[in-house]
Amino acid sequence: MIVAEKKPIDEIIGFVRDYRKILLVGCNECVTVCYAGGKKEVEILASALTMAFMKEGKELEVKEVTLERQCDHEYLEEIRNIIDEYDAAVSLACGVGVQFMAEKYFRTPVFPGVNTLFMGVTEERGVWAERCQGCGKCILGETAGICPISRCAKRLLNGPCGGSTKGKCEINKELDCAWQLIIDRLKELGRLEDYEELIPIKDWSTERAGGPRKVIREDLKQ
Amino acid sequence: MRITYPDSIRIIRLPCTGKVDVIHMMKAFQRGADGAYVVGCLEGECHYLTGNLRAKKRVEYTKKLLDEIGIGGERLEMHNIAASDGPRFAQVAKEMHEKIKALGPNPIRGAIPGQRPSLEGVA
Repeated sequence: MIVAEKKPIDEIIGFVRDYRKILLVGCNECVTVCYAGGKKEVEILASALTMAFMKEGKELEVKEVTLERQCDHEYLEEIRNIIDEYDAAVSLACGVGVQFMAEKYFRTPVFPGVNTLFMGVTEERGVWAERCQGCGKCILGETAGICPISRCAKRLLNGPCGGSTKGKCEINKELDCAWQLIIDRLKELGRLEDYEELIPIKDWSTERAGGPRKVIREDLKQ
Repeated sequence: MRITYPDSIRIIRLPCTGKVDVIHMMKAFQRGADGAYVVGCLEGECHYLTGNLRAKKRVEYTKKLLDEIGIGGERLEMHNIAASDGPRFAQVAKEMHEKIKALGPNPIRGAIPGQRPSLEGVA
């Protein structure tokens, strides 16, 4: 999932300070799972903003909506009939949702309610960690299912480096050395000989280095 | 025991403090409460094991949020009192009553329709 964190309330108050009617739009997908921008967080933000405005002697009308997703036209269309009634919108979706809403509703100011961080997993309740950087050319088949692009601080393709100590990375003693994990798992799988295979220089043009990316599926496209 | 506690306190009964969510505490203040406190079982004695520990974290979070929006996190507290400890319950109620009285009314009270801006005459 895409992992995000709530933005500090001060920052959101700063965005909407001059508006009187705002639409708070949550997202039922990733940001709900990481407790950053789901229905519950929308409710809490609405309450906090209302009180912050009341304290300054100002009135604020807040409408709360949580859409199934904000990265698809069909769900964002659900607010078409109401969005013009509001001076501004705060989207609690990831950066994708915020942008898609801004694209779709060009005349309405749209502000982000969360900071979007990474693609990751829920390691345990309340703990999320990065697992994928979307490099566009997956090498997990060669690295025992452990990604050195997202989990090695240096993104080494043939590791580990000299900074790996007792299975931990030199940048942070809490951080597992991705290459140690790869070697341990290859050993467990009885495929340690794969480690001897050098991974060639990676073509980074499929990553962000090649500019914003797009997928076009002719078989699906209308 | 016939112990009394201040009549400014309104009790909302829940099966466990683990049920208390951030939004419940926020709504209390949004509707004009001058203070609120969550009373849970003693730590380590939750019937559901961790309900009161979860409540404690949510109270801490809500206190910070109330500070950030200028309502004041000190208006919200969590206390752990054994169900059989009536005298302690009354004592905490008195302490909270005094504390909130000293802090004065909820800063947004005047802006809530139908509510008086002062603590006087407020239940």
